[in-house]
Amino acid sequence: MELTDIAIKFGLIIVIFLISLVIAMYSTYAERKIAAFFQDRIGPNRAGPWGILQPLADGGKMFLKEEIIPTNATPFLFIVGPSLAILTACIGSAVIPWGQNLVVNGKSIPLQVTDINVGILYIFGVVSLGVYGVMIGGWASNNKYSLLGAIRAASQNISYEISMGLSIIALLLVTGTLSLGEIAQQQHGFWANGWFTWNFFKQPLGFLLFLVCAFAETNRTPFDLPECETELVGGYHTEYSSMKLGFYLFAEYINMFVSSAVMATLYWGGYNYPGMDWVAANAGPNISVILGTVLLFGKVFMFIFFFMWIRWTIPRFRYDQLMDLGWKVLIPLAIANIVITGIVITFL
Amino acid sequence: MESLSNKKKVLEVKPLNFWEKAYLPAIAKGLSITMKHFWKKPVTIQYPEQKREFSENFRGMHSLKRDEEGRERCTACGLCALSCPAEAITMTAGERQKGEENLYREEKYAAVYEINMLRCIFCGLCEEACPKEAIYLDGDIVPSDYLRKDFIYGKDKLVEPPLNQ
Repeated sequence: MELTDIAIKFGLIIVIFLISLVIAMYSTYAERKIAAFFQDRIGPNRAGPWGILQPLADGGKMFLKEEIIPTNATPFLFIVGPSLAILTACIGSAVIPWGQNLVVNGKSIPLQVTDINVGILYIFGVVSLGVYGVMIGGWASNNKYSLLGAIRAASQNISYEISMGLSIIALLLVTGTLSLGEIAQQQHGFWANGWFTWNFFKQPLGFLLFLVCAFAETNRTPFDLPECETELVGGYHTEYSSMKLGFYLFAEYINMFVSSAVMATLYWGGYNYPGMDWVAANAGPNISVILGTVLLFGKVFMFIFFFMWIRWTIPRFRYDQLMDLGWKVLIPLAIANIVITGIVITFL
Repeated sequence: MESLSNKKKVLEVKPLNFWEKAYLPAIAKGLSITMKHFWKKPVTIQYPEQKREFSENFRGMHSLKRDEEGRERCTACGLCALSCPAEAITMTAGERQKGEENLYREEKYAAVYEINMLRCIFCGLCEEACPKEAIYLDGDIVPSDYLRKDFIYGKDKLVEPPLNQ
């Protein structure tokens, strides 16, 4: 690898890292604002114009708050918990293709940190590591309610991980590859050979299952049982204060961003959009690439908005309902989806 | 037995049909309902700048009234303090001197009159107990403050401003 290549990769990593942090930061603002709109309120509007400095104020508050480590907590694990949560949330974005290759001075720059051939497995591995952050945090707090919350979180995440994996298998049957870069390429444009290229149109049920599981994996309503304050005081982060609590909350928003990006890439065509070949031919390939990236972010924002929209619509599940849904509905549906996809691929 | 009002309805619990069991159409409907709210006008009242209008009988901050000639009505009888269930009112009576007839209506007046706004429950019993119509809870909301001692309101905050000002 040349030095410039390394520099480009490094720059890309920094940019994506910063983008996911900023988006997570402003997701908290958007959450509050959107929640307000759904409830006929105004929402934060004091810090800066329209309250856009609110995330900074929140962050400042988080840093300045007193940091409490309970006497009987395990100090090392107590600190490792939130660190692990935010670390696993951040590294998930490494394999997502943000765009096609930009060509600058005859040099092609891929807008993807790394296109490993097991991209989806990597994402799944990283996401399942996130459970450790929650579990360690709940355990190290030395508090019954935290532990209960953590166990609930872990069992929920594991249950939904299964149906998520199964829903992905049907998609893999269609695409025939595990590399996210290749999956995005296969969905080129919008219409080809008499059918939509985006995987959503080939796997609508798979997408639905994946979407539901993504809600459960990111601990968003209606699956936010690990932190439901009405039953568990605060769930696994009851004992956390200051920026360590901030990390947990922040990790949730980064997870939301990454899972939105994964959904957009896997099912909604990623950076592809209708008429991209026409744009590339008429306005230049780089313009088309940048437009694709912008549209990918548009899709991601749409999903983030959907996450928040759902939050103000559906009430939280009871825990037995959650498990029923995961094991008795989603997993059989995912298996049926695999079988149907297999039959269609084999005989048609 | 026949019911007395004949309004009794027998509710029938129907089994859910397929689409109701599938749950998704209901979610879509719910989403459309919440989406409608997204475009509704906010009902927020932005407090320090905008104030909500109170009803006629809103009980807010107390004020000690003056009579038509601008003299303080309160005669420090202590009935308000006695009637106060929260024991928020304390007072010290003073005797009116010669030359102060334009200040106080009766010979006895409240030299010190204090209400602890942290204790006050705004029940209005002081208002009812007062034989001189000297105290009314006709003010605004009690403003917030940083120190507990600042919530003990003396005569400087309670007495109505003089008439000629």
